Amino acid sequence: MIIGIDVGGTNTDAVLLSSSGIEKKIKEATDSADLFHTILSCFKKLLDGVDLNRIQRIVISTTLTTNAIVQQDMNPVGMVISAGPGINPEFFRTGDQYYCVSGSINHRGREKAPVNEMEIEDIAQKMKTAGIEYVGVVSKFCVRNPSHEILIKRILNKHFKKVFLGHHVSGNLNFPRRIATTHLNAGVFSLHKTFFEAVKNSLTQMGLSIPIQILKADGGTMSLESSMSFPGQTVLSGPAASIMGAIPYAPKKQDAIVLDIGGTTTDIAFLVNRAPLLEPMGIQRGRYKSLIRSLQTDSKGIGGDSVVRVKDKELIIGPDRKGPAMAFGGPEPTPTDALIVLGLMPEGNIENAVKGIHQIALELNLSDTDAADKIFKKCCSIILKKTFEMIDKINSQPVYTVHEFLENYKISPRKILLLGGPAPYFAKKIEELYHIKTIAIPESSVANAIGAALARTTCEISLNADTEQGIVTAHEEDFAEPISKTYSEDDLIEAAHTLLKEKAMNSGADPDNIDDVEVVEFQKFNIVRNFTPKGKIFRTKMQLKPGLIKGFETILLHP
Amino acid sequence: MLRALNKTGLVFFPAFDWAIDPTHPEREERLLYTQDQVTEEGVFDISGIIEYKPEIVTPQDIRRAHFCVPDEKSITTESHLISAGGAKAIANAVMNKEVKNGFALVRPPGHHSMRVSHGGRGFCHINIEAIMVEYIRSRFGLKRIAVIDTDCHHGDGTNDIFWHDPDVLFISLHQDGRTLYPGTGFTGELGGPNARCSNLNIPLPPGTSSEGYLYVIRNCVLPVLEEFKPDLIVNSAGQDNHYTDPLTNMNFCAQGYAMMTSLLKPDIAVLEGGYSIEGALPYVNLGIILAMAGIDYSGVVEPDYDPDQLRQSVSITDKIKKTTDIVNAYWKERDELRQKAGTPGNFEIRHREIFYDTDNIFERQKENVRICRDCGGCFEIDSSATTGNHILGVHIPINACKSCIEEGYRLFDQADKTKFSQIILQDRTKDIYEIKK
Ligand SMILES: [Zn+2]
Ligand SMILES: [Zn+2]
Ligand SMILES: [Zn+2]
Repeated sequence: MIIGIDVGGTNTDAVLLSSSGIEKKIKEATDSADLFHTILSCFKKLLDGVDLNRIQRIVISTTLTTNAIVQQDMNPVGMVISAGPGINPEFFRTGDQYYCVSGSINHRGREKAPVNEMEIEDIAQKMKTAGIEYVGVVSKFCVRNPSHEILIKRILNKHFKKVFLGHHVSGNLNFPRRIATTHLNAGVFSLHKTFFEAVKNSLTQMGLSIPIQILKADGGTMSLESSMSFPGQTVLSGPAASIMGAIPYAPKKQDAIVLDIGGTTTDIAFLVNRAPLLEPMGIQRGRYKSLIRSLQTDSKGIGGDSVVRVKDKELIIGPDRKGPAMAFGGPEPTPTDALIVLGLMPEGNIENAVKGIHQIALELNLSDTDAADKIFKKCCSIILKKTFEMIDKINSQPVYTVHEFLENYKISPRKILLLGGPAPYFAKKIEELYHIKTIAIPESSVANAIGAALARTTCEISLNADTEQGIVTAHEEDFAEPISKTYSEDDLIEAAHTLLKEKAMNSGADPDNIDDVEVVEFQKFNIVRNFTPKGKIFRTKMQLKPGLIKGFETILLHP
Repeated sequence: MLRALNKTGLVFFPAFDWAIDPTHPEREERLLYTQDQVTEEGVFDISGIIEYKPEIVTPQDIRRAHFCVPDEKSITTESHLISAGGAKAIANAVMNKEVKNGFALVRPPGHHSMRVSHGGRGFCHINIEAIMVEYIRSRFGLKRIAVIDTDCHHGDGTNDIFWHDPDVLFISLHQDGRTLYPGTGFTGELGGPNARCSNLNIPLPPGTSSEGYLYVIRNCVLPVLEEFKPDLIVNSAGQDNHYTDPLTNMNFCAQGYAMMTSLLKPDIAVLEGGYSIEGALPYVNLGIILAMAGIDYSGVVEPDYDPDQLRQSVSITDKIKKTTDIVNAYWKERDELRQKAGTPGNFEIRHREIFYDTDNIFERQKENVRICRDCGGCFEIDSSATTGNHILGVHIPINACKSCIEEGYRLFDQADKTKFSQIILQDRTKDIYEIKK
């Protein structure tokens, strides 16, 4: 049996799955001041009367780190930044303990200026005086040559509890994002560690000692142990959980839209042949940009509780929420009230709903029913408009080769999968308005917990070979080996494959679920000096795609 | 927080799968390290910098600027069409006011392609700036456009395409033609009889450094632009003036390029040459992008940059001052020079021989232009090449006067079909391109 728990901002959802389906499901209000209590209470309820030996897998998704960021409740972190030529690194300052130091590595990974060890010792003293315990070290182009980061860490190690290095964060280039991501990992580390050690201990005390898996923003899992180096990867795992929960209902070999319609917002995501689309670079939310692998989701300010108002004879919905629907004691009319007035939703206080919608009807000069219908349609059309805008944006992402330009894959969804409370009511209307097959997925209120429970381990590796310099490297994995001039494409792909499987196993993957390997990127270039070939550069990125573990899709009932 | 002062559009199309041949300077890897640098710097994350996908130009786009022989398809690959389409995408973004300015980092380049193109010369097959300028004029109706070519090689293709056009000011700064391909671009080359001084050529001695380039910009290019009052400034931003470029002999640097860009304030920059792909391009491109976006670029320096070693000699400084004085003197006399250039209504004939180094083609041209004080004048070009093709192209300029339109049609109608493999009319007033049946 498998346990999936998604601790969300408002509610915590938990399921216990067995080969015959959902054994138990729980929805509880999240106690944001005490997430530990919330989780334990879910475990107790799920495990009550269950043979603990039958539990094979536990996956947890939490808003712990997300909350820490939003509430700015992170450890103070010291950052040591080595930039070399380029944009002024002061622009990426993370706080007062932020030190730009000498030393430089170029785009080929060649050292252009050395580290000044005295300078680092000085900074170590300053940070210690300031009470810093956790430090991040990031150098520009460290993914091509991490030696400066490693040297700086060696100097700092004895002074601090833990030193986080930029090149471990991702194989992708992007110095500012790497600074932000390293800072995040260091900043939430102690919170994450304390929390999950407490969870683990409590489970052990309850007699449950199987490894815990943590859900990441890319919809994959990692073991508790590996999460300790990258706690930032758990940010925004909630939306990922929901999207993963929609996968069993997505069509094969086709594209689908996933809409999670909540109270305040609607999350939008896409599945291509049942695999979620990933952000090209990493999570970004407004000004915050990172290298954290993530599903491509966007959250738009429209949901069941969005405020409905009329302005200059125009019907406006959202983006704000003032409380629940009037039918549930809220102050302003909402799309949920419209659903109740239309008789679609058999819940709440219908008189209050009518009261709210009636105001709007008067202003629009319509009957209550017509006004409610108009609100409902408008709500659907806003959600779909945002979705189509996102599709356009994804389809116009730049490409860098003639081949990609000509062969460019464009997503064109054939099915919409709805999640969230009001999903069943929206499905019919959207299908009617847009002529795209639309379904509310079964058990949609706990789809997020199911998604977490069934998500498999994901990971990505970036491998670069440079036959001129005679080296193949995946610095993110601390991997570097000498190669000969005759090193080939096939050698690279084989090495990448081996590294990927190793990484997956180290992250707690089940050996049965590491076959879905994808070459995300492959490039090769001739290196030419003075008109003669000097070698080749090969680059590849390979990933274990987000998806569900084998066998368990079938236990879920299809609509 | 890092924010662009000017909203800047970028098209980045490195064409990682296209090369002239594997060890040619114009090969796949050319923009690889630039992409690495720009990606590592997080340029595409900067608020106010917007990345656009290139478009692909159509034969109709090309036919506004060229007579392609035998046709567009035969002398281009998709890569050329997307490279020109990159410039077009930036033009759209700028003209639709989505951004204040834009930079197309595309390859292959185009500024050695002339109005008649039989194939590749100087790594160029079609002229991406000229196609863009003609697109902007037809689509958005702009009248006066300035193209400033700062590539180290004389932009002889662009120079040729706008030779007779008084509404397009073309200025090229380049290494002296006596010391570098294509061997042209001397101060006396001022444009055709109807457009004297709308082509200005500023040859610079080998060893010119930032000081020299910036002197010419401040003391010649900017004052001329001030008087010409263009509706749009385009920069053919070649990067082969760099001190590490393997094909040239100049001492320009990333800081100099960035400063030059801040001075010129181009609405649109289009990458041209630049073959020091590791030591120069990553830093120069970054410098240009930041300068266009109005972001502090003072940290953008090559790791081995040593200003003392790059300083230009006093004799170079003197030569540059003299050249600038000559060009400024021509510019001041432009009205008289145009008055003196032939009798209106008459035709002026010019014979030329053109060598296509990239494709090893030899072309002979006889050009016949109508002298006109009211417009750029219609003209015909009789072009035969060693490929066996022999065409006659008749061009009617976009702002043509009534007489030049009539005269252009007369030339087209009169042309003897038996003498040419193709007779083509390029009537820019109606945006048509007609091949005589
Ligand atoms: Zn030039
Ligand atoms: Zn050049
Ligand atoms: Zn005329």
